[in-house]
Amino acid sequence: MAEPLLRVEKLVRRFGGIIATDNVSLDVASGELHAIIGPNGAGKTTLISQLTGHLAPHSGSVRLAGRDITYLPAYRRCALGLARSFQITSLLLDFTAADNVALAAQAHAGTSFRFFADARKEKSLRDAAHAALDRVGLAHRADVLVSKLSHGERRQIELAVALASKPKLLLLDEPMAGLGVTESQSMVKLLQELRKEVSIVLVEHDMPAVFALADRISVLVYGRVIASGDPAAIRANEDVKRAYLGDQHVVTHHG
Amino acid sequence: MKNVTVSKAVTALMLAGLVLLPLYSQASGNVFILTLFTRIVILALAAASLNLIMGFGGMMSFGHAAYLGIGGYAVGMLAQEGVGSGWVQFPVALAASAIYALVIGALSLRTRGVYFIMITLAFAQMAYYVASGLARYGGDDGLTVYKRSDFSGLINLGNRTQFYYLCLACLLGVIFLIWRIVNSRFGLVVQGLRSNEQRMQAIGFPAKRYQLVCFVISGTMCGLAGALLANNTDFVSPAVMYWTRSGDLMVMVILGGMGTLFGPVMGAVVFLLLEEFLSQITEYWALIMGPLLLLIVLFGRGGIMGMLGRAGRG
Repeated sequence: MAEPLLRVEKLVRRFGGIIATDNVSLDVASGELHAIIGPNGAGKTTLISQLTGHLAPHSGSVRLAGRDITYLPAYRRCALGLARSFQITSLLLDFTAADNVALAAQAHAGTSFRFFADARKEKSLRDAAHAALDRVGLAHRADVLVSKLSHGERRQIELAVALASKPKLLLLDEPMAGLGVTESQSMVKLLQELRKEVSIVLVEHDMPAVFALADRISVLVYGRVIASGDPAAIRANEDVKRAYLGDQHVVTHHG
Repeated sequence: MKNVTVSKAVTALMLAGLVLLPLYSQASGNVFILTLFTRIVILALAAASLNLIMGFGGMMSFGHAAYLGIGGYAVGMLAQEGVGSGWVQFPVALAASAIYALVIGALSLRTRGVYFIMITLAFAQMAYYVASGLARYGGDDGLTVYKRSDFSGLINLGNRTQFYYLCLACLLGVIFLIWRIVNSRFGLVVQGLRSNEQRMQAIGFPAKRYQLVCFVISGTMCGLAGALLANNTDFVSPAVMYWTRSGDLMVMVILGGMGTLFGPVMGAVVFLLLEEFLSQITEYWALIMGPLLLLIVLFGRGGIMGMLGRAGRG
């Protein structure tokens, strides 16, 4: 058995005196949906940023399919099959939905140093974009400017953009953030479909969603992984219960 | 649909005017207007090249006039040394501009925002002082180009009408290229980087590489304007690289409409005509010009092209 798809070992990241990532190790097996949960300020986004390459760790390593990517820049990781969505929607607002997704496809389809031919008439890119948009249920909004789309639709575009790069591993940073109840439900349904095709690391606050989706859950508190296991084990874990006790809205509201 | 028609109609009208201008000049015997418009067309070309990085690429270069000087000095210095052939002068002007852009761009693109503006400005001022120090080529006083570029009889740059049409052809050619570029794969990446650099990195595009290539293309185009400008005035001096000239180019782009194909042309026409006629009325023309530009920029979002678009809609 070779290495898992993603292996994080003893990752450390400090901000001044604060240790935001404290010796974090975790494995994501191929085909797995691995959720990372934790109270606010637990260092989830810091961890994700080191996985995507937006932040360099102080020590430790990140390996993707056996290859050390700890210090690779974001765009190189993407070429290796790592795609992400942003916690705060980050799209090209003055581009149409289709353009946003087509650009992601373009990044993985040959060189972009082509100066003369109309890129919007490249059938393979447009088809890939429409397929990805269709996948998230937004094919009918393809030609609308992203700035004119609703928040929920933009979250779906984020997913479509990530999918269009045909990733091996999808890092989703709170895909449900700011979604209404029905929107959340359709997002869960969508993720349930996607997980059959691609391995996913999911950072999420929405506990019912996490427990419905995850194969494994790692709990992050003060930058450390205090527990890691399948949903049933995490539910029963005393340390996890204690860590969440003060954080009422997570347990009682969603529980 | 209608808003498209208004700005398109005005653009078409302007282009028709530019094409027919020499006929009017000939018929009316007004030579001055042809000279004036040759200058306008050349600076429109410079503005269009600036618009490629500023409007489409989001790179606010405050040192674009440097290329006018580099292109111009390439022509002037070669002429001085006895190389009068345009077939040599123009390629050298373009190559020199490209190399300058490559070096300046590689250094400047490490910075963003205000720092990028300041560093491009600083480099252009350096070029200005270097040119001032070229004692052999006139130094501060500039360099007279005694003979215009020679294109072995194919086209005579000494002939006003022919020269005007050459400049106009260069302008339209460059705009055609820009049109192709902004809709190409490369162009979409560059515009994506203007819109959201973090996102573009995350989907796998190394930002700087694309921006640098765009910077070089734009600089090379502006070098062409510089070579034409030296031929137009039969003279090149450090003054063409001065920072106020870079500012003028920026104003033309913003005035006409950033990120539109013909906006910079419109901006150059309006800016230079205003400058010309206001300076005939009063010595203090800048006092009128300044507030006027301010008003257009403040209240006409998207410049003249933006206003035409809204007029059509309204």
